[in-house]
Amino acid sequence: MTRTYILPNGSGAAAILAAGIGSFALAVLAFAGDKSVAVKSSLVFYKPTGPLSGVTTTAILIWLFAWGVLEWRWGKKTVAAARVITVALVLLGLSLLLTFPPIVDLL
Amino acid sequence: MEITMRSVWTLIHGMGFGALYLLACSGALVELYRFTTSTDPAEPTPGQERFLKGYMLAMVLLAWAAVLTGAYVIYPWYRAAAPPQTADLSMFPQRLLMSSPGTIGWHSLGMEWKEHVAWFAPISITMAAFVVIRYGRDLRHHRQLRGAVLSFTLVSFVAAGIAGFFGAMINKYAPVQGGHTLQLGRGEGK
Repeated sequence: MTRTYILPNGSGAAAILAAGIGSFALAVLAFAGDKSVAVKSSLVFYKPTGPLSGVTTTAILIWLFAWGVLEWRWGKKTVAAARVITVALVLLGLSLLLTFPPIVDLL
Repeated sequence: MEITMRSVWTLIHGMGFGALYLLACSGALVELYRFTTSTDPAEPTPGQERFLKGYMLAMVLLAWAAVLTGAYVIYPWYRAAAPPQTADLSMFPQRLLMSSPGTIGWHSLGMEWKEHVAWFAPISITMAAFVVIRYGRDLRHHRQLRGAVLSFTLVSFVAAGIAGFFGAMINKYAPVQGGHTLQLGRGEGK
C-alpha cells in the first residue's frame, strides 16, 4: 500500500497572511502620509516619485519580512488555515477601504 | 505619423503590461474558480501543471512591470511641478487636471486611489503564484488555500481594473506628453 504525502498548509497560510499584512501596511502608510506632512516628507525616498516611493518600498519590505518570519515559523506545520485566511482577508478588505480617497477624507 | 517617447512608455505601461495583466487575470480566475469550487478536483497532468505555474509566473512579472513602470517612469512626468506663472499646463498633467473643477476629480479621486490600490495586484498575485507553484497538484488537498488564492486573485483583478480605468481616463483628459518624437511613418493625403 502506498501512502500519499500531503504538504502541510503552513507555507501557504504564511504567504496568504503576509500578503494581507503587506497590503495593510501599504494602506496605513498611504493614510499616514496623507494625514501628516512630517510622515509624508519622510516617505520621499525618490524625489521624482514623491511619497509613493517610500510608501510602496516600506510596505514591500514589511510584506517580505512578515512572509519570511511566518514561513520560518509555519513552513513545515499545519496551522488553523481558516482563521489565518479570515484575518488575511479582513486586512485586505481594510486596505481597500483605507486607500479609497473619500474614506480617507472622512477619517 | 509620430509618437513621443513618453507616449510610448505610457502605452507599454498601460496597454502592454496593464491590459495584458487584466486579460491574463480573467483567464486565471476562470481556471482557479473551476479548481476551487470542485469538491474533488481532477489531478492535473504534468503538462497542465507546468503550464499553470508558467502562466502564474508570467502574471507576476506583468503585474510588477506595470506598477514599477507606472511609479518610476510615468508618474514622475505626471506629477512634475510647473514653473510659476506657467500658462500652458499641457506638459504638467496633474496641474492641468487640478486647474479645472471639471477635471480635478480625475486627480483627487482617480490618481490618488490608483497610485496606491494598483500595488495590491502584484502583492496578491505573487502570493497566489507562490502557493500554486509551491503546492502544485497537492493544492487539491487544500480547499481553504485554494479559496484564499481565488479571493486574492479576484482582488488583484479588481485593483488592476481600477488602476487601468483611471489610468485610461486620466490619460484622456491630461495625457503625458513630451520627450523625443518618433517618426512611425508618413501619411499620404487623399
